[in-house]
Amino acid sequence: VLLQSAVVDSALSAFRSICGEDGVSLAAAVREQHGKDESVHRCRPPDVVVFPRCVEEVSAIAKVCHKYDFPIIPFGTGTGLEGGVGAVKGGVCFSLRNMDQVLDLHQEDFDVTVEPGVTRMALNAYLRDTGLWFPVDPGADASLCGMAATSASGTNAVRYGTMRENVLNLEVVLADGTIVHTAGKGRRPRKTSAGYNLTNLFVGSEGTLGIITKTTLRLYGVPESMVSAICSFPSVQAAVDSTVQILQSGVPIARIEFLDDVMIDACNRFSSLSYPVTPTLFLEFHGSERSLEEQVNTAEDITQSNGGSDFMWARDPETRNKLWKARHDAWYAAQALRPGCKAYSTDVCVPLSQLPQIIMETKEDLIENRLTGPIAGHVGDGNFHCLMVVDPDDPEELHSVHLFTERLARRALAMDGTCTGEHGVGLGKRALLREELGQTSIQVMQGLKDTLDPKNLMNPEKVLQLRRV
Amino acid sequence: MSGRVLVGVKRVIDYAVKIRVKPDNSGIVTDGVKHSMNPFCEIAIEEAVKLKEKKLIKEVVAVSCGPQQSQETIRTALAMGADRGIHVEVTGKDYETLGPLQVSKIMAALAKKEDAQLIILGKQAIDDDCNQTGQMTAALLDWPQGTFASEVALEGDKVKVVREIDGGLETIKINTPAVVTADLRLNTPRYATLPNIMKAKKKKIANMKPADLGVDLTSRLEVLRVDEPPQRQAGVKVETVDDLDSLMNNWTVFHKCTQRTSLCVVLIPLLETVTPEDMRKEEC
Repeated sequence: VLLQSAVVDSALSAFRSICGEDGVSLAAAVREQHGKDESVHRCRPPDVVVFPRCVEEVSAIAKVCHKYDFPIIPFGTGTGLEGGVGAVKGGVCFSLRNMDQVLDLHQEDFDVTVEPGVTRMALNAYLRDTGLWFPVDPGADASLCGMAATSASGTNAVRYGTMRENVLNLEVVLADGTIVHTAGKGRRPRKTSAGYNLTNLFVGSEGTLGIITKTTLRLYGVPESMVSAICSFPSVQAAVDSTVQILQSGVPIARIEFLDDVMIDACNRFSSLSYPVTPTLFLEFHGSERSLEEQVNTAEDITQSNGGSDFMWARDPETRNKLWKARHDAWYAAQALRPGCKAYSTDVCVPLSQLPQIIMETKEDLIENRLTGPIAGHVGDGNFHCLMVVDPDDPEELHSVHLFTERLARRALAMDGTCTGEHGVGLGKRALLREELGQTSIQVMQGLKDTLDPKNLMNPEKVLQLRRV
Repeated sequence: MSGRVLVGVKRVIDYAVKIRVKPDNSGIVTDGVKHSMNPFCEIAIEEAVKLKEKKLIKEVVAVSCGPQQSQETIRTALAMGADRGIHVEVTGKDYETLGPLQVSKIMAALAKKEDAQLIILGKQAIDDDCNQTGQMTAALLDWPQGTFASEVALEGDKVKVVREIDGGLETIKINTPAVVTADLRLNTPRYATLPNIMKAKKKKIANMKPADLGVDLTSRLEVLRVDEPPQRQAGVKVETVDDLDSLMNNWTVFHKCTQRTSLCVVLIPLLETVTPEDMRKEEC
C-alpha cells in the first residue's frame, strides 16, 4: 500500500508525464478490473493502473517504481487461472493492452514478433492470408506475452508443443527499468547454443522476474486438412493404452482429449447429445489428404484392439464441430451441473503410464468427499483437469475443494509428476512448488530472483514464497 | 452454359486496423497500413470454390480493380481455390475516385468478355459500405440479382437464393446468368494453406486497363471532407426522478441496470450513436 502522500503525488505526476493524463488511472472500477483474473482468488486491486504505449514508457515507469519501492504487476488480458495478477501488496499495475502491434513477420522463416496487447486469436486473424498460424491454444483468447509469462499450453501441445518450445526471443523490462533482449536484439534463429537460456528463464516466470514487452514466436503451416474422431472405451485404462499406442505408432496426432464418464454425462445433458456414458477420447488429425487416411486407419485399429467402440470420424467442418461439441462445451456443461456455482479447474500432469491410476484414485476421492468434479484431459501429455463445480458462498465446500486439490497435487507429485501442467503457480501453489522442486532447486530459483529483482518488486507473493529480507 | 463464375475481390484496409483520418481531412491514412481482402469478398470466393468442388461450375475467375498491390488480393483468392485472376489496373487519381459505378461497368464488360454464367460479389466493402456494386452490375447487364445471400443453390439453369432481409429470410429463384452478393452467414471462408499459396504462384493473372474494356472511369462524386466520429462524452448518472425530469427535454433516456434496490439511469447525449458495447461499458 502506498503510504506517504508526498511520495505518492510525486510518483503519480511522474507516471502522468510519462504515459499522459489518460494513461494513469486511480478509478476504483479500473483498479478492480486489474486486480483479478479468471481464478477463484478474490480481487486484490492495485493502487494505480498505468497504460504504457511503448517499451520506453514501461522502462521509465519501472524506474519510478524502483525508486519508490512500489510493487510492479504486469497485466495482459487478465485471463489467468492462478491469481497471478492479484496485487497482494498493492502497487502499480502495468496494463499492457495499448502495446498491440504485430511487428516483424517473416513468412519464409516462420517467425513473428508481437507486443503484449496482441492476443492469440488476433495474431491468427492477422496471419490468415499467409498460410501460417500460431497453434498454442489455451482456452481463453489470451495475450501472447502473457502466455509466455505463464508458459501456457493448449489442446494441441501433443503435436505443436507449449510456449516453452515456441518462444524464440523476448524483450523484457526488469524491475529497475533495464531493457533486456533474452536472445539478443532482433535475433530469431530457429536454434541456438549461445549462452544461458535466458529466454526460457523468463518463460513461465509469471511476472516475477520482469515485464515481457515483446515475444518472438515460432509459427507453423496451417494444416492442409483436418479430420476429427471420437471413440468410447470400457475403461480409463483402455483409453490411455490407446493413447500411448497411437503415439508409439508414430501417428503425428494433433489433439487427443479425454473426457470421463461424469463429464460425458454432463455434456449429454447440456447439449442434448447421446454419447455412451463411458470414458471417451476425442481425436484430431492434421495433414495432407493422403496422410490423414493413413493416420485415421492406424488410430482406429489401435482403439479397436483396446476395446474401443463407436469410432466415428468426420472431415468437413460442420460434422467435425458436431463430433467435438461435447469437448468444446465441457466447461459450460460442468457448470450447468449445478447452476449458480462457479467452476474451478485443477491442473496436474503425470507421466502417461501413471494416468489411469491417478484418475482412478482421484475419482474415488471425489466420490468419497461428495464433490462434483468431471474430468477433462490432454491425455497425450498426461495432463488432466478436474472441473470442480463449487458453491462460492459455502465456505465449507470451498475448503473441502481446496483440500481435495492439495491431495490431488500431492498424488501427482508422488507419481513423478507436477502440481501444475499449464496454469502456473500463481498465488495458490507456492507451497506445492516447494514440495515439487525440493529445497535445493527452490534455493537456486530464489537466488535468480534475488539477482534480477533484489527489492522483490516484481509481482510479489507469486511463484516463490516471500523470504524475509 | 460456360460454367464460369466471376468473383470480384477488393483490397481494403484490414478489419482489425484502427482507422486514422489524415490531418487535412481529405481521406484516411493508407500508407504503411495493413491491407487484406474485403471479408465479404472472402465469403464470395469461398462460395464459388465450393460450387466448383461440388462440380456444379467449371472455373472460378477472381477479378480485382486497383493498383499493383491488388495482385496480392488476387493471389489470396487463387490460394483459396480460384483458377485464374484478372487484374484491371487502376492507379492514382482514378483509383482514389474508383467506386461502385466504375467497378460495376468493369464487371459488366468482363462478364460479357468471359461469357460468365454467374457473378458473385461481396454484399459491400468494409471501407465504403456502399452495397451498390452487385446491384449496379446486374442492372447494367440486365441480369437478375440475388443479394444478401445466406444460401445459394444451383438448380439447372436457375439459382435459388435465400436472402437475409429485415423481416427474416426471403427465398427467390432467378434465372442464370445472374449476380449474387454474399452476406455474412453464407459460409465460413477457408484459410489459405502454404501448399495452396505455393500452387497459386503458378496460376495466371491477366493484366488489363479499363480502356481495354471500353470503360470510362470518370467519377460523378467528389469527396469534400472526411471526419472522425465525435469523441465519446461521459454519461451522467442521475439519482432521483426529479433530476431526470429536468434533463428530459434535451436528452435521450436509456433505462439501465435495475439492481434489486435502486434504479440507476444513465443519460447519453442525443448526438451519440450508442452501441451495445457502449451500454455494457456503462453498466453500474
